[in-house]
Formats: sequence, structure tokens, C-alpha cells
Amino acid sequence: MLKDKVIQYVLWGSAATSILIVALIFIFLGKEAFSFISEPGIEKLFSSRWVPVSFTLEQFGLYPLITGSFLVTILATIIMIPFGVTGALYISEFASNTEREFLKPFIEILAGIPSVVIGFFGLLVLSPIVKSLFGLNTGLTAITGALLLALMAIPTVISISEDAIQSVPSSYKEASLALGASPLQTSFRVVVPAALPGIIAAIMLGMGRVVGETMVVLMVTGNTAKLTLSPFDSVRTMTATIAAEMGEVAFGSSHYAALFWVGIVLMLITFGLNVLAQQLLKKYQMR
Amino acid sequence: MPKKEKVITWVLRLITYSIVVIIGTILFNIVKNGLPVLSWEFLSQPPRRSGAEGGILPAIIGTIYLVSGAIIVAIPLGMATSIYLTEYASQDRFNRYVRLSIITLAGVPSIVFGLFGLGLFVIFFGFGASILSGSLTLAFMILPTIIVSSEEALRAVPLSLREGSLALGATRWQTIYKNVLPYALPGMFTGSILGVGRAAGETAPILLTAAAFFLPKLPTSIFDQVMALPYHLYILATQHPEVHKVLPKQYGTALVLVLLVLTFNLTAIFLRGHFRKKYKW
Repeated sequence: MLKDKVIQYVLWGSAATSILIVALIFIFLGKEAFSFISEPGIEKLFSSRWVPVSFTLEQFGLYPLITGSFLVTILATIIMIPFGVTGALYISEFASNTEREFLKPFIEILAGIPSVVIGFFGLLVLSPIVKSLFGLNTGLTAITGALLLALMAIPTVISISEDAIQSVPSSYKEASLALGASPLQTSFRVVVPAALPGIIAAIMLGMGRVVGETMVVLMVTGNTAKLTLSPFDSVRTMTATIAAEMGEVAFGSSHYAALFWVGIVLMLITFGLNVLAQQLLKKYQMR
Repeated sequence: MPKKEKVITWVLRLITYSIVVIIGTILFNIVKNGLPVLSWEFLSQPPRRSGAEGGILPAIIGTIYLVSGAIIVAIPLGMATSIYLTEYASQDRFNRYVRLSIITLAGVPSIVFGLFGLGLFVIFFGFGASILSGSLTLAFMILPTIIVSSEEALRAVPLSLREGSLALGATRWQTIYKNVLPYALPGMFTGSILGVGRAAGETAPILLTAAAFFLPKLPTSIFDQVMALPYHLYILATQHPEVHKVLPKQYGTALVLVLLVLTFNLTAIFLRGHFRKKYKW
């Protein structure tokens, strides 16, 4: 039937749009970044100073931005793992039904709080606490950002880890319990190891969220582009650099193109994390 | 249960509930400080003296425009894609590429969407920083959320409903239209609401494509810049010359934004529970 064919093509076209958008993202990031290769030259990106606005010498070294993002992400990951994985384990293995019906929507609410509001809370409430707790000159540091980002990634980690824990066959658990293991032993020695690939994937997707988060780091990490790995220093992440500087830059300038390079690096990192996590999840589902 | 086990279980419980306490603290802080600021004037007046006085009406309206634009583009596109993927595509190469694209899109950082929107809509198509550019950027950002949850709703409809219809001689589209969509649509819309909530709260994509801090009049066309709630909060909290003086306005804006987004999300969570109970196959 003609009508059926037409509808099928329209639906096909919609599905193809997703592919088109991904292609366009890569094309347009590349297009705007391209001019940097000939002038001032791509090797300028591989240096340790980011000084994009200067009367004497503009420098576009990405290293401090990459270490900034790296530092915040690693700290946030270390913080989110115990909370996220414990939360998922508790909700799926130990919580009563009533508890579960309260906990799950509540944690989903956290996922819905806009990042700018979390950043606002961090600026007003958390950063003074960090400042006085560690005796610093400023509360706007990598660790402040990491604490908030960990919080924002926790719902992702919990919901995906929980799926992984739920899909461990109940026969595993029953066998363990029948052999006389306690519920706790069963959880830690049987369920968690069996769900591990899924839990690792959950952590990686959480990391993807953290690397890509913009507003929180822009508001609470102090935005100093320097090469450091101390949690108590101010840092400038890749996302915050784009957000802060793109508004004031002249279209087509070296600085403008350099910011698109930052975007490309960011895109490649999150793309890699995502694909790896999906591979893990797929392997896991096949069992 | 031996004592050691009990202690460990309690530790797990404690860690889990500490997350709840932190969420509660954030919400309480925003509500406690924001509530006294909320008034009819705050919601219905434009800002004066660059946000130090007056209200946030243009920011509310701007957010509504941006979100509506994103809905108009993303919901039909996302639903059509999910129908194609579940009802038509076999496990062929095209299907795999579409899935890979959706996964990729879901992971793209919001600021990169902003760069993309800047490059494609603002500059290449010449839409400028405008409602149109911002809406399109937001639409593509929430597309994966809508596709994934719509697919879930479609898959929940039992195969027998399709088989029965096809066996009676209905075409594929007739089957989908009459026997699948009526049961899947509520779930598909529910998932879409979650995406919409996300669009309303995002700042980074509209930073580069649509948002302006202070506009004397409301936008009149889709090629106008707009104010938006998340951007307004960001500027008031970090860029305003009298940051401390406008603190109440910051809290008020934060509360309105949280209420707006939570309304979307709670509606979705509630409806999801409702439909899960209604259709048990």
C-alpha cells in the first residue's frame, strides 16, 4: 500500500536524523576548529599555558584545562563510587518495599535538580564550609566542584547499577543461600561480582556526566587555568573554559578556533567513555 | 542475623540515607530562602535596575518559549524514531548506526551541544542568537531521552496484539496505529516529560545560542534573543555587580526554576506508576 510505504519512509527519515545530527556535530566542531591548524598551528595546543587574551603572546596550551577536568573527574569518581554502589545495593537487596518506593523517586528528584541550582547551592553553602574546614583562602576549589558533581552523578550510578544487580539470575542467590551463606555474604560475594561489569559501566557513565558538566564547575571551581593536581587548588575545566570565554571572543579568531578544539577533545573523551560502557553493558546482557 | 551482619547492614542503610539527607538539605535551603521572595509582583513584573528590583517575568516566558520550541521538534522526531526502531527495523546495519548515534548523542556534554548550535544554527544558518537556535539545540539534546523511553513504552505492548492484527490482514501501519500506539502513547508521553524537564533546567546549551541577561521587552519573533530562568540565576549569582544585594532575587529565581522542573519530573514519575498499574499484560 502506498500510504504504508510513505509512512515507513517518514519514520525512516526521522530515525536517520539521529545519525545526521551526530555527523553534523563532528563536522561543525571540525569546521570551526579547522583554521587553527594553519594559523597559529596545531602544535600550539600541546603546551602547558592557557593565556588566550594577551597583548604580548597569546597561548593556547590545553594541558591545564585537561588536568583541571581530569582532577575534578577523578575526585568526583572516588566520592561517587561508595555512595552510588552502596545505594544501588541497599535499594535492590536490603530495602523493604515501602523504603524502595520512597527512595527511588527521591533519588530521581535529585537527577532533576538543574545543574545551575546545584552550583548556586555550592557557591553559597558548600564553598564557605570547604574554606573553613580545610583552612583555605578560597572555597572555590577542585574538591568543592568534585563533591557537587559526585552528587549529580549518583542517580545515574544508582539506577544503572541497580539494573545490573536486578538482572543477576535469582538462581545464583538461591544457590548461595541454600549453601548456608548469609544474605550479606550472598550480596557481597555472589551478587556484586556477578553484576560487576554493569556496575563498572554505571560508574563510567557517571564519569561521562561529570566530565561534561558545565555550570557547577563554572560556578564553584574558581576558574584558574593552572597545571595542578591538588584538590585544594582552583582549577579551570574544559567545559567551564568554553562557557566562560565563548561569549567574549571574536568570531573566527585563533581563540575562537581554540575553544572549538577544547570541544573536540571533550567530545572524544565522553564518546570513548560511552562506547566502552555500552560494550560492557552489552557483554553483560548476553549472559 | 549475627551482630556483625546487622552492623554492616546498618552502615549500608546509613550511607544510602545520607544521600537523601543531602538532597533534602539542598531543597530545604532553596525553599526556605526562596519562599519569602515569591510574590505576585516577582512573578508578573519585568526586572528593573538590572535585576536588583522587580521580578522575573521575561525569564519565565523565555524558558517557556525555549521549551515549547524544543518540544515541537523533539517529541514528533523522537517518537517517530522509536516507532521505526521497534516496529520496522530489523537488526540491520542501519538500525545499529541509529542506536550508536543515539548513545553518542546521550553522552555529548551540554556545552558541546552549545558549540554545535552556535556553529550550525547561529552562524551557518544565520539564525543568530535566538529562540529558534536555542530551541533546536535543546531539542537535539533531549532527543535521546525521548527515544529511549518511547521505545520502552512500545516494547511493553505484547507481541500478541500485533500478531493478532496482522493475522486478520491489517497492514503494518494499521496495526501500529490501531493496536500498538493507543496502549504505548501514555508511556511515550511520560518519558518525554522527563526530557522536557531537563530542557527547562539546562543552561550551557542556551548560553551560546539564545540567552540574554537583560531585555527591556518580551520577544516578538522566533529570531529574538530571550531571557531564561537558569541563565538569569547564573548571572545574578556570579556576574552581577551587587551580588549580595540581589541574593533574595537569586533564591527566588532558583525556587521558581526548581518548582518548574520538579513539576515536570514528579508528573512523569506519578504517571509512570499509574500506567504501569493500569496496563498489566
